[in-house]
Amino acid sequence: MLRHRVIPALLLKNGGLYKTFKFDKPKYVGDPINAIRIFNTKQVDELMVIDIDASRSQKEPNYSLIEQFAGECFMPLCYGGGIKTVEQASRIFKLGVEKVCLQTAVLDNTKLVKDLADRFGSQSVVISVDVKKDWLQRPKLYKASTGQSHSKNWLDFIKEVVDAGAGEVLLNSVDRDGTLQGADLNLISQASAEISAPLIALGGIGSLKDIKDAINSGASAVAAGAFFVFHGPHRAVLITYPEYKELEKLLKD
Amino acid sequence: MENAVVHIPNLSLGNTQSVANMIKRVGGEVIIAMTPEDLSSAKKIILPGVGAFDEGMNELRDQGWIDVLNKLVLEKKVPILGICLGMQFFFEGSEEGELPGLSWISGRLKRFVSTHEDPIKIPHMGWNALNVYRRESIIPEMEEELRYYFVHSYHAICGDVDDLVATAHHGSDITAAVQRNNIYGVQFHPEKSHTFGMALLKNFLSVKC
Repeated sequence: MLRHRVIPALLLKNGGLYKTFKFDKPKYVGDPINAIRIFNTKQVDELMVIDIDASRSQKEPNYSLIEQFAGECFMPLCYGGGIKTVEQASRIFKLGVEKVCLQTAVLDNTKLVKDLADRFGSQSVVISVDVKKDWLQRPKLYKASTGQSHSKNWLDFIKEVVDAGAGEVLLNSVDRDGTLQGADLNLISQASAEISAPLIALGGIGSLKDIKDAINSGASAVAAGAFFVFHGPHRAVLITYPEYKELEKLLKD
Repeated sequence: MENAVVHIPNLSLGNTQSVANMIKRVGGEVIIAMTPEDLSSAKKIILPGVGAFDEGMNELRDQGWIDVLNKLVLEKKVPILGICLGMQFFFEGSEEGELPGLSWISGRLKRFVSTHEDPIKIPHMGWNALNVYRRESIIPEMEEELRYYFVHSYHAICGDVDDLVATAHHGSDITAAVQRNNIYGVQFHPEKSHTFGMALLKNFLSVKC
């Protein structure tokens, strides 16, 4: 049977690996190539690498670094950050990357989603949707590159990108990012009820039980950052990933 | 090791680099064939592929790959491994398109169907276990249960059950690996399946030319 995927999500900034807290306070956690090598030997299901600096400072994706990542990844690799055109995506696929992840460039223009899906297939297009609660605890679509909320309704946006051809939606809860407090299960169940495409839940995962809860709420896959790079109450940097047997037992229906 | 030199046709729809990375990792050598002529000296071929069936068959035909592939594979019996869409080309055709396939293996591709009673996500995306029918093929024997990474929306229905090497379960039992003489095909991605993929590609490298 197909098992739900459990995916380390790594954040890049100036070529280094960082972990954020509620999309803020980036903490340096090491060299990305080294981390990827460790995840490789741990036989992770899949890996996501998101450059959190590229769109914000309007930089091109760092192609030579991405090429190095792809050369080390003997599992599927998804890259996100700074992709604005079909040509950039094409260049990234040629380096040996399986999936691209977009947000900034498609918030106001979902035609790019369609163009990418038509050219490379839906399975290679992941759209990242960040959601942050406002002061009335209402979930709002969030634009990570500017740090501001976006006027579109978050659920409408998810439906729009899936209709346009997105193969997967990466749903990230800004309020849970780095907190290790568990995923926002309400967001996950609301979003997964609206779409047929697989939903990857990100934000807040701090235990195996949190992974299981996210799956039970409708996520097809679960991604996590802090859970795989921090250890203990003082957040010492330690790259970990559960044993396959552990995940198999956890995720059996 | 002459056996370990693999030619990969340079098609726009392939994840050629990932396959090349993995072949090098397991000790093989990769030659990217830029034109059909470059392929004519191949002792072993891998045909990767990601994308749509008709688009791929059009590219194979328009750039003149089909004749040279037919000659190498059917007459000279050069071992070939098709991966994902690359394997799907070996069949007679697909529901995804209208063009005929290479027709080296009998059968056709069908789209996954999600029913109310048995809802499944499409595409079939993620890690799945294999049920191996033919042990003598290139599927490795390992201590751990074999698992491979799949991404596809169409699956092959073999016309000749003897060609079926392994299945995986997604809604129903679907074709995961096939072999007919020197023609090997896998629906999953060994180049993205860790040690399980490495072992499989190693077995393909050691197939006698």
